[in-house]
Amino acid sequence: MSSFVSQFKTRATEKTRDLRHRQVIRTALRGYEVVRDKNKAAFQSWESARQAAAETKWQAINHLDTHLESLVAKLESRGTKVHWAGTGEQACEIIAQILRDKKARAIIKSKSMTSEEIHLNHALEKEGSTVVESDLGEFIMQLRHEPPYHIVFPSMHLTRGEIKDLFQRELGDAPSDNPDDLTMVARRVMRQKYIQADVGFTGANFAIAETGMLSITENEGNSRLTAALPKTMVTLIGIEKVLPRFADLALFLPMLATAGAGQPMTCYNTMYSGPRQPGECDGPEEWHVVLLDNRRTELLADAEQRDALHCIRCGACLNVCPIFRNIGGHTYGTTYSGPVGSVITPHLRGLQDWKHLSNASSLCGACTEACPVKIDLHHHLLQNRRNAAAGQPAFFERLAYKIFGLVANEPKLWWLAKKLGWLTQPLQHAVKGSVLDPAKSWTKTRDLPPQPRESFKDWWRNRK
Amino acid sequence: MSERENILGRIREALKVNAPLPGSHGKTTVQASDAPPANHAREWLPSVGASIEEQFALFAKNAANLKADFQRLASRDELKTALLKISAAEKWRRIASHGGELTDFACKALGLPVTLTDRGYDVQKMEQCDAGITECDALIAQTGGVAVTSRSAGGRALSVLPPHHVVIARREQLVADLPAAFAMLQQKYTPDFPSMISFITGPSRTGDIERILVLGAHGPKKLTILCL
Repeated sequence: MSSFVSQFKTRATEKTRDLRHRQVIRTALRGYEVVRDKNKAAFQSWESARQAAAETKWQAINHLDTHLESLVAKLESRGTKVHWAGTGEQACEIIAQILRDKKARAIIKSKSMTSEEIHLNHALEKEGSTVVESDLGEFIMQLRHEPPYHIVFPSMHLTRGEIKDLFQRELGDAPSDNPDDLTMVARRVMRQKYIQADVGFTGANFAIAETGMLSITENEGNSRLTAALPKTMVTLIGIEKVLPRFADLALFLPMLATAGAGQPMTCYNTMYSGPRQPGECDGPEEWHVVLLDNRRTELLADAEQRDALHCIRCGACLNVCPIFRNIGGHTYGTTYSGPVGSVITPHLRGLQDWKHLSNASSLCGACTEACPVKIDLHHHLLQNRRNAAAGQPAFFERLAYKIFGLVANEPKLWWLAKKLGWLTQPLQHAVKGSVLDPAKSWTKTRDLPPQPRESFKDWWRNRK
Repeated sequence: MSERENILGRIREALKVNAPLPGSHGKTTVQASDAPPANHAREWLPSVGASIEEQFALFAKNAANLKADFQRLASRDELKTALLKISAAEKWRRIASHGGELTDFACKALGLPVTLTDRGYDVQKMEQCDAGITECDALIAQTGGVAVTSRSAGGRALSVLPPHHVVIARREQLVADLPAAFAMLQQKYTPDFPSMISFITGPSRTGDIERILVLGAHGPKKLTILCL
């Protein structure tokens, strides 16, 4: 058993028993569920919108090479410097080199899951830079030295009391546990940071091939300020973020807002097409865009699961997932958690090390239903199980199925097994869950239904 | 070989096998037409009403839900009165703005010291301003939001740095829905887009503490839209 599996099991066991954690997550998601349903219902046809969004992303991903070339040509024509990074280490090194060239020390950063994926903060801090997360949730998690709990709501597992204590300890400033007061603490801390930062770093939600733009969605205005005030701006995006046309945003922006946060529209949706242009009064003098592969092309090569690259990182599948809600975001030990994380992590970080995530699923399909771009999430979990078993079949599993196949194909053996099952039933009860129980890992948390003395077949034959 | 060629090479290799179309359950791998699937977005997004008055009513309702202040004004005199009222209530001492027909009128009407962004500005000074007054490119009935650009609204920072963002718009800038807003922007600016286009939908907000709504996270705490 790999260390990832044992860590996952330990954490999952601990969290599923933590009733307080469950309560906090339920409370945090209750309001979301209400507004999400209300705003979905406001669409004239959410289903048609989903199908069109899925087809648009299909076009984008299945012609990714031409779209990327168009995107890059347009960006470069307006003075943006585009960098290509095959791996996370390469992306970190490109960004570190930009900082060295600019002799930059202070970096203000707006929320980016892709930067979490490549551990950018760690790499830049090693270079002696100071990185400040400006999104409130990310700022809270940075103060706690923890990765985000959820891809959209990074600090959803914390209560206001915990955040007050954190601000008191780390900033010496926490007037009360009122969310208004706590938000204003972060606002005060951050204001001068935007102005004094040498470099502003952002992620992006969509890249428009037609017009050469990166679109950033946010509620707080921190990303707007990050892209407005520092002299140098750096944006990191995965290559799968492409959309073919500018007009596609008219569909994707409201869908992302509704699926992700239950809003009709996120507060700021901003499209950047270059650094400060002639005649403009502000904005960065230089804009560097880093395009990241980091094994996305491996997922692309799997035509069966290619649609996982359609993901717009809205987090809707996490919010509805019974597993996520019980084990929590940190248990996964991955950058992308929840159903979509369980699907893509084996591709990004190795199937055999992360195959256990595909088994941590009830296969209920709630994720597939919730996905605004119709990714076939729960079937991909099954495909990951299949691929993992084909690549490295477990000896005992193979043996067990072989024996089962033998018994199930032979009526006499089947009859014998039934009788034996009925006879050994009391014995199983006695050893249930203990080391003597051969099915221990299954029966520890489940009961076998009692086996009746008479089988259906016997009853049918004997009925008068 | 450059990293660009490496990545594009891997992409081309991967795309040699077609992926099934969404919803086709693995059967179809070729799209019937390459028409934009989102062409009919208007028919699926929330409905907006046909007449201008219905659309204004929807804009007002959406703006109110977003906790933005929306006022329709009949004349420049009413605009002046509305601005002076807000200024007095919030005790404005200094404002930031940009050159424009409506913003020039507003700055004159207010008679306060102004930081103008057009020829560059001191960021610390703008940070001290009580309000940022801008024009815009569109009001969107469907969302209750406004579209601004770095060219039409005084750069990138003016609409987010001061604590109160006041947008002065013209009646004819109202568009029905998002598809109309994107079509308008594309027609107006192709091929020379402003380096920033921003759809602002309500004042800055966060829900990062227990998912409870707080206004004014990093951007403006208040958004006022005055429409002539």
